[in-house]
Amino acid sequence: MSARIQISGLGFAYPDGKKALEGVDLELEAGERVAILGPNGAGKTTLALHFNGILVPHAGSITVGDLPVVEENYAEIRRMVGLVFQDPNDQLFMPSVREDVAFGPANLGFVGDDLERKVDAALDIVAGKEFAHRPPHHLSGGEKRRASLATVLAMSPDVLVLDEPSSGLDPAGRRELIVTLSGLPMTLVVITHDLPLALELCPRSVIMNHGRVVADGATQALLGDVEMLADNRLEPPYNFVRVEDPPRS
Amino acid sequence: MGAGHTHALYVHEHSAIHRMAPQTKLVAALGMVASIAVTPREAIWAFAVYAVLIGSIAALSRIGPGFLAARLLAVAPFVLFAFLIPFIATGETVEIGFVEVSVPGLWGAWNILIKAVLGASVSIVLTATTEVAEIIRGLGVLRAPALFTSIAVFMIRYLELITDELGRMRTAMTARGYDPRWIAQARPIATSAGALFVRSYERGERIHAAMLARGFTGEMPTFDRPAIARSQWVVVLVVIMVFVAVATVALLVT
Repeated sequence: MSARIQISGLGFAYPDGKKALEGVDLELEAGERVAILGPNGAGKTTLALHFNGILVPHAGSITVGDLPVVEENYAEIRRMVGLVFQDPNDQLFMPSVREDVAFGPANLGFVGDDLERKVDAALDIVAGKEFAHRPPHHLSGGEKRRASLATVLAMSPDVLVLDEPSSGLDPAGRRELIVTLSGLPMTLVVITHDLPLALELCPRSVIMNHGRVVADGATQALLGDVEMLADNRLEPPYNFVRVEDPPRS
Repeated sequence: MGAGHTHALYVHEHSAIHRMAPQTKLVAALGMVASIAVTPREAIWAFAVYAVLIGSIAALSRIGPGFLAARLLAVAPFVLFAFLIPFIATGETVEIGFVEVSVPGLWGAWNILIKAVLGASVSIVLTATTEVAEIIRGLGVLRAPALFTSIAVFMIRYLELITDELGRMRTAMTARGYDPRWIAQARPIATSAGALFVRSYERGERIHAAMLARGFTGEMPTFDRPAIARSQWVVVLVVIMVFVAVATVALLVT
């Protein structure tokens, strides 16, 4: 149902030479919910793409459950780690939502009624039955997000990695997403700039900057450290801090 | 199929023709077009029979004559060329009014005109009753190469997105005073074409990553299609037989 993740000394540079990750060490317990916070270009998405071998590290290693993320384990790792991409248009490529949700489990070898059951179960979790037969480009932003999530849930992942899941959602869509995610049993990694979302979903947060982990701890404590946040180009929402400490006039 | 439709050619209706499986409609359309193509141009009666048959199928699909005529305008450029033939072809001539035109040229023009119009009508009825995605699925069922159908699926899925992207780039340019009426301003168009290519390429890479993340190993999964009633194939067979019969008689008597 959920798996632990161990990352040690992870390093990666893009072909243009830009170092995206430098010596990232991180351990996530099975079933833990962790937010990864940090400014643009901090290496958050690059890190996410290492969780299931889409990017291959230049240094260090990563282990999901008991399996090291290496080529011979890719098939199983990609079943275990569900990655929800930032832009749903990248995630939804089939002619209808239903076929898109079926894509993953079909690659895992599910056919016929078993496949249908997987698809129905995933669509149920995101309340997506009503748009199952529509082509993805006719969905609203919120529906696209839910459909993207269903495509990954259909593979029954042990780890769910979401890249900016709340970007572009209206408040109601964001609320639905939080409700859906908080009901899921798997290990959850949420990459986000949405600090209230991190606080609500994830007891633990990791702050990244310049390809390194710069802080790791309880979300509430980290979000209270305004100076540290400012050093990392993050900002708590206006009404988030010092409610007990009214402004001095 | 739900609320949204994938393309502009489709006409949302609930006719028996709409409900037929795409592969049956594809086979029927192919049979009809092939029969029309081999029919000798002199067999005018045969083309009248085809026109009545196609008109009836269109009526069954609840496609109005106005709609059909409007869509047929798409073949106009090809047909315009046909109208030139009687004036430039040689051979026996006949006088129509004050102009002298070539008889073989007239037959040539008629041949192109009638076959283009009837053939286009068949594909108009096909695309008006079948969504593009369904047509591609039908091709898959008919064992069209998987590479071809996958490329077509991606093209349809992303064409709209790329068009949107182009639209946004144009809006952004217009908002900053770009007015593409002057030749001197052609440069931004070329630049934006390049940018669009790069953006599309990068999107392709991201989609590929998303596919890999869900266990893609290079082969698109095939999904079971609901079994179709035998009666659909019987209908298709009857339609094709009628067309082939007309073509055969036409070939024999002329």
